[in-house]
Amino acid sequence: MSVKLSVRDAGKRYGALEALLNCSFDVAANTITSIVGPSGCGKTTLLWSMSGLHGLTSGSVMLEGKPITGPHPDIGLVFQEANLLPWRTLIDNILFPFEIKRIAPDRPWIDHLLDRVGLKGFEQRFPRELSGGMQQRAAIVRALALRPQVLLMDEPFGALDAFTREEMNRLVEEIWLETKTTIVFITHSIEEAIFLSDRVLVLSKRPGRVQGDYAVPFARPRSLETMASRAVFDLMNRIKGDIYGLKPRSAAAE
Amino acid sequence: MADDIPGFGKPSGLSAMSAFAPGGGARSRAELLGIIATAVIVIGGMELALIWFAVPEYFLPRPSRIFAALIREFPLLAPHLGYTLIELFSGFAIGASIGLVLAAVITQFPYAEKIISPYILILVTTPMLALVPLLILWFGFGFTPRIIAVALASGPMVMINAATGFRRVDAAKIALARSYGATTLQIFWKIRAPMALPVILVGLMIGAIFGLLTAVGAEMVGGGFGLGNRLTTYSSMINMPEFFAVIVILSTLGILIYVFFFLVGKKWASWEA
Repeated sequence: MSVKLSVRDAGKRYGALEALLNCSFDVAANTITSIVGPSGCGKTTLLWSMSGLHGLTSGSVMLEGKPITGPHPDIGLVFQEANLLPWRTLIDNILFPFEIKRIAPDRPWIDHLLDRVGLKGFEQRFPRELSGGMQQRAAIVRALALRPQVLLMDEPFGALDAFTREEMNRLVEEIWLETKTTIVFITHSIEEAIFLSDRVLVLSKRPGRVQGDYAVPFARPRSLETMASRAVFDLMNRIKGDIYGLKPRSAAAE
Repeated sequence: MADDIPGFGKPSGLSAMSAFAPGGGARSRAELLGIIATAVIVIGGMELALIWFAVPEYFLPRPSRIFAALIREFPLLAPHLGYTLIELFSGFAIGASIGLVLAAVITQFPYAEKIISPYILILVTTPMLALVPLLILWFGFGFTPRIIAVALASGPMVMINAATGFRRVDAAKIALARSYGATTLQIFWKIRAPMALPVILVGLMIGAIFGLLTAVGAEMVGGGFGLGNRLTTYSSMINMPEFFAVIVILSTLGILIYVFFFLVGKKWASWEA
């Protein structure tokens, strides 16, 4: 597997506050990697640095070996909450990136994506007329419309209710099975991380660095049975133990 | 769908658009009937009361006499209405443009804004009408002093509201634009400006109404034309039905200004629920 993104000794300091320190990992191409960790551990800082939205104090982020120094056309970003522009219709929100970049939109692809996420027929609606889940689906279409090689998702479903969240997770898996876009996903939910990912990274408390690295080897699409299996349960416990600094008894058996 | 969307502009800046639409919703037929009935009762009641108590016309004319004067005198008043509108439009156009540009520029420099804002507040709170005698001394009795007074009254009002609008930065939306490589100018036109628009419209409306007040006031101070000048002329001749006819024209003008900005807001800023 080829390395798509690599984070090398990343450090970020805000005044006296050290948000990230010596954070290093590689992200393999065409995989989903989740990053979990306690609140304020610098997950968002890390993701924003990977997107090129803000620079690092030390270290670097590289896309296929080339350092990222600013917003990059091959990297898409999905924000916490949908972050749609309320004065634009759904379709105009999705065309926004093309407008900024002054390039012609790929309408068949956009139509396909809208169809895929169940937003066909809602093109002329304003964000306030859509549910939270629909807004977040629109945001995903907006990010995918430019066919990015890498999709960075910053706790995209944190504000949604549990049912909608489950639905969105399945949608992300479906989209990934179709596009195989490299995805880096930040979440507070260990279950969400395991369901979605090929690999889960645990970030330590501030200053954040990688303290745990777990492969998630279950076959896709992941069924309810898989998610209820002993293997998933054990993995979840190991990750929890890692985050909270506990040693679960089941870990002793390994 | 459009009808159940609450009127644009929640209370922000210096004022709210909600004065005319309590609860923000459209009125029912019954409410409309109530409003018309109130007008009929108040106007009809005044008419009868003024007849009953034999109130002299120079003290307070009957509504029917005011209406008759409005119809009779309108051809004579129309040119004066035109003069007032010229002063209002040119003064407002100058004041509002300068106000908008200054607000857009100043909000880009928070430090400069902190230094300048107390002075803008002085401009907003000083009644520019007070400067009219001086302006007449400088520029004579023509349009010029009036247009300047209107610009001075409406400009700061537009500016202070527009600045409130431009200050409504949403870091996530700006980050979104930046993530697609947006330039500062693109961020201004595609994020900051639309975001500020609802507050700007409120500012433009208040500025226009302030402009109307100032135009009429300036006309009352000096010069031989304009609706304000008609007011002083009619009152000095004790032509009270004609005097009130001018008041009716001025109220209508104010309401039209409000309705205009309300409709513009409904079209372009109704996204802000």
